[in-house]
Amino acid sequence: MTEKIILAGFGGQGMMLLGKLLAQAAMTDGKYVTYFPSYGTEVRGGTAVYCLIISNEEIFSPLIEEADTLIVMNQPSYQKYKDMVKPDGLLVLNSSMIKSNNLPDVKTYQVPATEIASKLGNVLVSNIVMLGAFLAIKKLFSAHLILEQLQAMLKGKKGNLFSLNKQALESGMQVIKTV
Amino acid sequence: MHTIYEKPKSFIDTPTHFCPGCGHGIVLRMIAEIIDAWGIRGKTIGLAPVGCAVLAYNYLDIDMCEAAHGRPPAVATGIKRVHPDHVVFAYQGDGDLAAIGTAEIIHAANRGENITFIFVNNAVYGMTSGQMAPTTLLRQKTVTTPSGRDPINSGHPIRVCELLAVLDGSSYLERVSLSSPENIRKTKKAIEKGFKTQMEKKGFSLIEILSPCPIYWRMDANEAMKYIDEEMTRTFPLGVVKDWEHKN
Amino acid sequence: MKDRLPGGISIMKQLLTGNEAAAEAAIQAGCRYYYGYPITPQNELINYMSTRMPEVGGAFIQAESEIAAISMVHGSAAAGGRAMTSSSSPGISLKQEGISYLAGSELPCVIVNIQRGGPGLGDISASQADYFQAVKGGGHGDYHTIVLAPCSVQEMADLVYDAFDLADKYRNPVIILGDAQVGQLMEPVEFHKKPKKNLPAKSWALTGAEGRKKNVIKSFYPVKGQLEEFNAHLQRKYRTIEEHEVRYEAINIHKADVILVAYGTSARICKEVVKKSQQYKFKVGMVRPVTLWPFPKEIIRKVSERVECILTVEMSAGQMVEDVKLAVEGRCPVHFYGRTGGGVPTSLEIIRKIVEIVPDNRAANTLLQLAAVK
Repeated sequence: MTEKIILAGFGGQGMMLLGKLLAQAAMTDGKYVTYFPSYGTEVRGGTAVYCLIISNEEIFSPLIEEADTLIVMNQPSYQKYKDMVKPDGLLVLNSSMIKSNNLPDVKTYQVPATEIASKLGNVLVSNIVMLGAFLAIKKLFSAHLILEQLQAMLKGKKGNLFSLNKQALESGMQVIKTV
Repeated sequence: MHTIYEKPKSFIDTPTHFCPGCGHGIVLRMIAEIIDAWGIRGKTIGLAPVGCAVLAYNYLDIDMCEAAHGRPPAVATGIKRVHPDHVVFAYQGDGDLAAIGTAEIIHAANRGENITFIFVNNAVYGMTSGQMAPTTLLRQKTVTTPSGRDPINSGHPIRVCELLAVLDGSSYLERVSLSSPENIRKTKKAIEKGFKTQMEKKGFSLIEILSPCPIYWRMDANEAMKYIDEEMTRTFPLGVVKDWEHKN
Repeated sequence: MKDRLPGGISIMKQLLTGNEAAAEAAIQAGCRYYYGYPITPQNELINYMSTRMPEVGGAFIQAESEIAAISMVHGSAAAGGRAMTSSSSPGISLKQEGISYLAGSELPCVIVNIQRGGPGLGDISASQADYFQAVKGGGHGDYHTIVLAPCSVQEMADLVYDAFDLADKYRNPVIILGDAQVGQLMEPVEFHKKPKKNLPAKSWALTGAEGRKKNVIKSFYPVKGQLEEFNAHLQRKYRTIEEHEVRYEAINIHKADVILVAYGTSARICKEVVKKSQQYKFKVGMVRPVTLWPFPKEIIRKVSERVECILTVEMSAGQMVEDVKLAVEGRCPVHFYGRTGGGVPTSLEIIRKIVEIVPDNRAANTLLQLAAVK
């Protein structure tokens, strides 16, 4: 098993965290994992893209030329990376922020992540909604394993954010189940 | 028999490479006297600069480190972090401290490094054959200012003590000179005060010493002393510029 | 980093960037003096040190410049401490003055270079264009630094740890030559705290000359003849290092028709080509130098006697390839494939290059098949 995932959004949309949760889960699960950020000189607002590779075997290049999955949060990132998904690949897009009449010919899930996150009371958890959706589709890891990573990261002052993130993850999973 | 004069133990009995009439030997000797008198040889580490005083480690019988040109404040900082309770001093000339090492001295002062800087200002580059220093006086002739220092092309003499005084991190700054026995005694007191500042952990101290360079000032030793009093001190007035003990 | 255990010692794997792993390994190797200046793409290292050093009672200073940072390393190393600085290419250029003085004063220290594109301000993406600077001296004078090239986050941690021992063993600066990819890449890493090797005592260090003769740390030898004598001593030391400290990884070199030579990030990609070739008749092997200085000349000379050709792959316009050629001494053709300006070679590009340089249809055919395999 090798899963090559490109995560893209604008800086501040939490793609870094989304990928890190998956990477931590993969590590805990005993998998090989590489997680590589590639960003421009902008700190906020620019396109942030991350290459995440999870495998049962040694990973050579951490860069991705052809992705098994693209998780994408906003329109500019979608335009830039949509063609990197391989023919039988998976596209998970944030339909709240991406409108397209000609979707690429790959398996596509449209998740209104920003709307769902807003309804939950915090737009910042839209990344976790996307993560929930991805988990429900690919089932790489159990929600439990991801929640464990989240709990470890949200220690101390951020502890009160755990239940919100948990809700976001579950909402994302729910979207896929009801499709 | 009563000994009234003795070579300091921390001053090695060897001929120095300094030119006749140079002030470096006087300053190094006074440092050795203080180290002896205070019994701090075993906990003192010195920094030698690049320039005329580069061979200071051949004359002082203490642990010493060389630094690249202008870098003694940074190297001393690295040493002080390892030995915070030792007496660390850097011995620097005007080119080393006020030209190529300007950033290092300003930031050492700004961090309030608990280190003592002995800044020998003779307004000229001696070791490289008499070029302009950052502290060369206006109209002073040097090899690279053959018609005298012209501020339009070469800028103005830098007053290091006054420059560092505006930084909150500096604690003790004094300008002294070697122009007379009286002034030499004041210089020794100032160096002692610098070491005291450090040993009481009061922070950054710098003693600027106006020192003769008769060779590149093109004059004899007596004229050089007079030049300090009559010319140099007009640009570089003597006195305490900042003192943690007497805040005004 | 939140999952870091008290004392920084972890028996568990942690997901860290190469930059963070370098910092943590330094701490665990006993480095207590870190001086740096921010520059992308090594910022994770200085950031990590700023919180970690105070935790272990060490010194951290964000210096006023790269020059000041390396000079502070000079001071702490002279005083007997384990000291480190880190930067990226333009900043490493500034440190060359200090590195020359450190080498000339025989001071142990570790310098991490997370290379980015050049020349000049270049860009912030991965590059291997500082090879010449690192292995051929960089600063002025006849000197060498030991140069170690990690290709993964784990190896970054392991080599930084070893770098401090090597530095102390030989009283010599050690450079970790990484790049933006291995610096910013996150991978699981374990810190194996190894027992201290039997290292010589630092009787030369500046500690205050209490009850002993003074120590002087210097690189200035103005008396005629002294400097030549000192240089001869340095050269003897360098020959000893060349004899004992060469490290490399050799993969499938015995069955190989073509050998790839690559280090660091480009070696990871070459490894993929080597792996893919195993299912075909035409075999690709690889020598990955881990020490760039001393360079693994001997193994490259040996393989050159039985392969069709050697291909050196670098993220530069061709630097290490010169050392490969010097080792091969004309025994077989030495080819080069490189990318610059942030370009990272892909396995497909490398395979195409192999097809180009092997004028043999049989080989080309199998390789083209190989290229088709994703």
